[in-house]
Amino acid sequence: MDKTPTLVLDDKTRQMIDQMIIAEQRHLAKRHDEEACACREGMFPRDMAANRRSVLFAAGSSAAAAAMLATAARAAERKAPPGAEFFEPPADPTKELGRAVAADEGYGSRSQFETEVRWRYPTANEYTSWSMTPLDQMVGNLTPSGLHFERHHAGTPTIDPSKHMLFVHGMVQTAKKFSMADLKRFPYIVRKHFIECSGNGLTEWVKPTLKTVQGTHGLISTSEWTGVPFAAIAREVGLKQGVAWVLAEGADAAVMTRSIPLEKMLKDAILAYGQNGEAIRPEQGYPLRLILPGWEGNTHIKWLRRLELSDKPFMTREETSKYTDLMPNGKARQFSFEMEAKSVITFPSGEMKLPGPGFYNISGLAWSARGRVQSVDVSIDGGKTWYPARLDTVPEPISTVRFSFPWSWNGERCVLQSRCTDETGYLQPTLAQLTAIRGANGPFGSVYHLNAIQSWAVAADGSVSNVHA
Amino acid sequence: MSMRKICWAAACLSVALAPLHAFGQTQEASYGFGTAARPEELAAFFGIPSDGAGLPPGSGDAAKGATVYADKCAACHGKQLEGNPAKGIGGDKLLGGRGTLASKTPIKTVESYWPYATTLFDYVKRSMPFNAPGSLSDEEVYSVVAYILSEAKIITPVEKMDATTLPKVVMPNRDGFEPDPRPEVQLYR
Repeated sequence: MDKTPTLVLDDKTRQMIDQMIIAEQRHLAKRHDEEACACREGMFPRDMAANRRSVLFAAGSSAAAAAMLATAARAAERKAPPGAEFFEPPADPTKELGRAVAADEGYGSRSQFETEVRWRYPTANEYTSWSMTPLDQMVGNLTPSGLHFERHHAGTPTIDPSKHMLFVHGMVQTAKKFSMADLKRFPYIVRKHFIECSGNGLTEWVKPTLKTVQGTHGLISTSEWTGVPFAAIAREVGLKQGVAWVLAEGADAAVMTRSIPLEKMLKDAILAYGQNGEAIRPEQGYPLRLILPGWEGNTHIKWLRRLELSDKPFMTREETSKYTDLMPNGKARQFSFEMEAKSVITFPSGEMKLPGPGFYNISGLAWSARGRVQSVDVSIDGGKTWYPARLDTVPEPISTVRFSFPWSWNGERCVLQSRCTDETGYLQPTLAQLTAIRGANGPFGSVYHLNAIQSWAVAADGSVSNVHA
Repeated sequence: MSMRKICWAAACLSVALAPLHAFGQTQEASYGFGTAARPEELAAFFGIPSDGAGLPPGSGDAAKGATVYADKCAACHGKQLEGNPAKGIGGDKLLGGRGTLASKTPIKTVESYWPYATTLFDYVKRSMPFNAPGSLSDEEVYSVVAYILSEAKIITPVEKMDATTLPKVVMPNRDGFEPDPRPEVQLYR
C-alpha cells in the first residue's frame, strides 16, 4: 500500500509542477495574510468583520507588486475581493438604514467578506492555462458560475451573440446556420452536470505535491446547464447515411476542435446557452457551449460555432498530440473520454487546522461519468475500514453528489479517505491499483484521468495535509 | 335551461374536449428554424482528417518554410525547433524524442508523437502563430509544415508538400495509438 512508484518526470512536467507549487504557495501566503484567526481558512466562519476590510485592501496593494497591476488597482479601488463591492460596515446594522432596493443597479454581487477565488496554474503563457475551483470553500453541490474552473487554449474571446452563428454541415441533408435566437426557439433541456478536466490531479501521481484540495482537485465544477439537445438539431439538418463522428469547433483564437462520436452526440449532448439560471459566462463559452455529460472537459467545446458531420474522426491536435494517455509500452490511449468515478473530502482538507478533538462533519463531493453515484464510503484509518457516508443531495446522472460523515475526532493522528461507487458498480480505485494497470512511468503521458482515492492526514495538532497512504 | 343543467353540459363538454387539448401539444417533424448555409460561408471552414480531405490548393517546401519559420515561429518554438519555456511564451518543442515513448522519460514532439502530418497542417493553419492565429497563407502553411517535417527527417528537404503529398507522409508514431480500453475491469468488484 505504501509502495511509492518510481517515476522520473521529464523536464517540462517537472517545470510545470514546480510552477504550480509556487502558485499555490503564493495563493496560500496571500490567504494567510488575510486571516487573523489561528483556525485557518475553511475551518469555521470567522468573526472577521472588524479587520477584514483593511487586510483586504493591503492584500490588493501587495498583489500590485506582481504582474497583474491593473487587476490589483481595480481591487484596491473597489476595496473588496473580486466579485464584491465595498460598503462600510456599520457598528450596529439595526440602528441605521441599509442600502436601497436595487441600489446595485439590478445585478447583485457576493458579500465583501467572501474572498475565495480561482487561482491560475502558472503555465508560462497565461492565455493557454487553467484556473482551479476553490473546492475547500464550496458550500453545497453547485459551483458558483464565477468560481467554475477554466481551461482556455488561447484566452477568452468576446463574442457578440447577435452576430454569433452555429453552422451545422458536412454529411447532412441541408447544411444550416443557426443564430442564437434560432437556437433558443427549440425545446430545451435542463441538466445538472459536472465538468472535469482530464488533467485534474496531474501533480499527484508520484507523490503528494500540492497542499490544498483546490490544487489537487480544483479542475471539477458543477453547473445547471440549459440548452438544445443535439438530437433536435440533427433532425433539423437531416443526417446522411454513414455519419459516425462530429467535429465541434470553437470561435476562440485556438479555433479549438474535437471529434466526437455521433453516438454520444445523439445520446445526451447539449448545445448549452444557460448556466445556473443565466447566460453562460464568457469564460465558460458564451454564448454557446457543447456539453458532453461526463466526458473530459476539453471536449465540451466553448464558443461553439461549427459542427461538421463526418464518417471518421478528424485527428485534430487535441485528440492526437494532446489529451491522449501514453502508457508504459509506448502506446497511447486515444479518445479516452470518460471521467470515471471519483470522490474527495473537501472538509477537512489540506492546510486546514482542526481546533481540537470533538465533532466534525466530514464533507466532500463524489461523481462519475457513467451515471449516478450509488454510494460513498469514508475511512478514518487510511482505508482499512470503511463506513457509508450520507448523501446530502439526491444523486442525479453524471452530476456531483455532496456527501457528509459525522465524525468524532479523538485527537490522534489519522488519515481520512473517501471512495465512490457508481451505479455501474465501478469502485473508485487506490493510486496503487491505478498505477498497477497503467504503469508508473507515464509522466506527461498518463498524467490524465487520475481518479484515485485521496488521503488527508490529520496530525495530533489538528493540521491537515495531503499524503499518499 | 337551469343553471345546474348548464353546468352539467359544460362539464360533459370539457371532458369530451380533454383529448383535444392534449392534441394541442404538437410534435413538429421539423421546426424549420435556422437558414440554409451558403457554400461560400462554409468555404471558410476547414478540418483536415488524415486522408487529407479538404486540403487547399497550393504547395510549399522546406526552403521557403525555413524563412516563414524564422519570421513567424522561431520566437516561441526556438531557432532549432527546440521550444521556448520562457515566461509569457511557453512554445512546445517540435523535434526529437524518437524512441523515447516507451521509456521513463518520454519526449512527445511532432517528430516523436504526432501520428499524422495532416494534423500539423490543420493546427498551424488554425491557430498559429499564437499571437496572430489564422494569418498564414496556405502556401506559408505548406512551407512551414514541410520545413518542420524535413528538420525532423521525416521527409527530405526537397520534397514538396501539397494536397496530394502531405497525407502520404508516414509519421514515425502513426501506429502509436490504441482505443481507450476503459473501464478497466479489474476495478469492478
